[in-house]
Amino acid sequence: MFSRIRALVLGLGVIVLLLGTGLAQSPHYKVGSAPSEEQLKTWSITILPDGTGLPEGKGTAAEGKDVYDRRCSECHGNKAQGADSSALIGGQGSLAGPKPLKTVTSYWPYATTMWDYVNRAMPFDTPGILTNDQIYAVVAYVLFLDGIVEENQELNRETLPKIQMPNRDGFVKDDRPDVGPTAHTPNR
Amino acid sequence: MRDGGVGDARLSLSVFLPRVNLGPSGFPSLAGYAPPCIIIASREGYVAETKFEKGSEVASRRKFLSLGAALGGALTACSDSGEPVPDEGPKRLGRAPNVYGERSPFEKEARRGAASKYPETGATRTPLQDSHGIITPSSLHFERHHAGVPAIDPAEHRLMIHGMVERPLVLTLDELKTLPSVSRLHFVECAGNSRGEWTDKKGATAQDSHGLASCSEWTGVLLSVLLEEVGVKPEATWLVAEGADACKMQRSLPLDKCRDDVIVAYGQNGEAIRPDQGYPLRLVVPGFEGNINVKWVRRLMLTEQAAMARDETSKYTDLLANGKARQFSFPMEAKSVITRPSGGQVLAGSGFHEISGLAWSGRGLIERVEVSIDNGASWQDAELQEPRHRIAFTRFRLPWTWDGAETVILSRATDETGYVQPTEQALLAVRGANSDYHNNCIKAWKISGDGRVTNV
Ligand code: HEC
Repeated sequence: MFSRIRALVLGLGVIVLLLGTGLAQSPHYKVGSAPSEEQLKTWSITILPDGTGLPEGKGTAAEGKDVYDRRCSECHGNKAQGADSSALIGGQGSLAGPKPLKTVTSYWPYATTMWDYVNRAMPFDTPGILTNDQIYAVVAYVLFLDGIVEENQELNRETLPKIQMPNRDGFVKDDRPDVGPTAHTPNR
Repeated sequence: MRDGGVGDARLSLSVFLPRVNLGPSGFPSLAGYAPPCIIIASREGYVAETKFEKGSEVASRRKFLSLGAALGGALTACSDSGEPVPDEGPKRLGRAPNVYGERSPFEKEARRGAASKYPETGATRTPLQDSHGIITPSSLHFERHHAGVPAIDPAEHRLMIHGMVERPLVLTLDELKTLPSVSRLHFVECAGNSRGEWTDKKGATAQDSHGLASCSEWTGVLLSVLLEEVGVKPEATWLVAEGADACKMQRSLPLDKCRDDVIVAYGQNGEAIRPDQGYPLRLVVPGFEGNINVKWVRRLMLTEQAAMARDETSKYTDLLANGKARQFSFPMEAKSVITRPSGGQVLAGSGFHEISGLAWSGRGLIERVEVSIDNGASWQDAELQEPRHRIAFTRFRLPWTWDGAETVILSRATDETGYVQPTEQALLAVRGANSDYHNNCIKAWKISGDGRVTNV
């Protein structure tokens, strides 16, 4: 009798333990659960500058003009020169002058950033409505408007990360403090 | 000292409003107390007098209030002989307790923002000139959103940690709250704070010029605890954080910082974080520019490269004179601002005034704040409010007797690393005029002979 109860308690204990490890993933505090494949896939939208994360799909500037005119021009101007919202093109060569114009084409170091940003945030008032093909196409169109890609050049997960943006080497690391007694390079 | 802007009528500050009780409506009531007369006084002297007679209390109260409102509220109650009437104490019950507190209807401090075509990507600023001590009320903490404030059900919210980790993990809010917690005071400051002050002096008030900075007590789990739970792979060097707002705000954080003092926070000033501050969960990245303190955080991805997100390339980078831009310029360097007297306020007259302000550094403790009352010719040490906290507002105070002459007052902070808050000229000399983020230069307020304080 006694040993049967003991076996039962032991058995229950083992089941609880097994269940526990299935649900609680973290080693110290036993909290959380493992994400499903589905969740990992739908949530992981970050596009890294080497192209990691870019999905299937393709588009050209020629195809992107239509997307741009319908979805973007109202706020960014009919030629991406800026309207109520900022200019997306122009300003190449202006960065060291008195009136720098920072745009996608004059300032952004990576074309992948535009894909990532449009995918997550644009159009401003209806983010998330563009298909992957439309995003490749509209990125191609904006870059085409400022002479960075050809009109019929196809952008996809292979070609997009290879685009050399004009200001690719325009960034330096933070070297502050840049003034005063603790400055890294005093009296520069 | 009060806000200016009442035309040229400079009102006396000898205010006697001893019997303004809160009526059941929550509005001020003068029931049970009828001052025989009210004198509205200005510096030039006597301006207006109103008699209050018994039996006409309502009418006279209305007159009393409207006169007060019209002239900014500096009223003197007196008897027929002209002597102030002593306070007799309240004769009416106040309101019963209520479930969630509200401030007095007399208090009007508010966040302010500029009107915009796309208000969802906008900001409001903290009224620093009205602040006391070092805590910003959650309701007045500055806001900067890029796609509006999402309405999130905490029961539905999840935090996913994945990428270069041994054990990807999804956590509920309840689970996070069972983990070891910390509560720490930290300021958050937008990298664009004082941007309008760069080469120009646009902000009339301390709110306009410095109000994209606020300080709260934040409660949550150290990110380092969560990183232990998921087991970071040795190749990982960055953590990409993402919010659950409509633009899915994304920023890359260096892993060293994540292992140091970053908080995954659910509490602010003793209660749940406000929706506009990231409810139900946000990152607090002590001392780093505001934008990286990702609100409504829902995903943390370990990587071996930065994401080069739009807000760490296009924005929040510092364009130098040579056309190159500093990137990942995270720390908000030591800074201070005098909040009293500050722009828009008016000194009632010469004599004693306390100079008071706020100082902070993204690199640690504030060690010293010096104040100049003679436009930088000489400096005196202000008293620092104790206890001081790392990477938090520090209140400084200096007693001052104003001789009534026009002058310019300044403050200069030094932090525990020895960094000294610079002048604008010093910053301009190394950065050039195009670099307007991270402006932490010394702030000057001019005090005119008539007591007005303006931005210079
Ligand atoms: C309803 C107006 C609106 C529409 C439509 C719109 N945008 Fe925008 N866009 C904005 C606003 C506002 C911002 C700034 C958002 C912020 O403050 O974070 C912006 C920012 C951007 C930026 C970043 C600019 C920079 O210099 O950092 C890019 C790129 C962009 N939009 C591309 C697009 C594209 C492509 C489309 C069409 C698919 C589009 N936008 C449609 C309003 C709009």
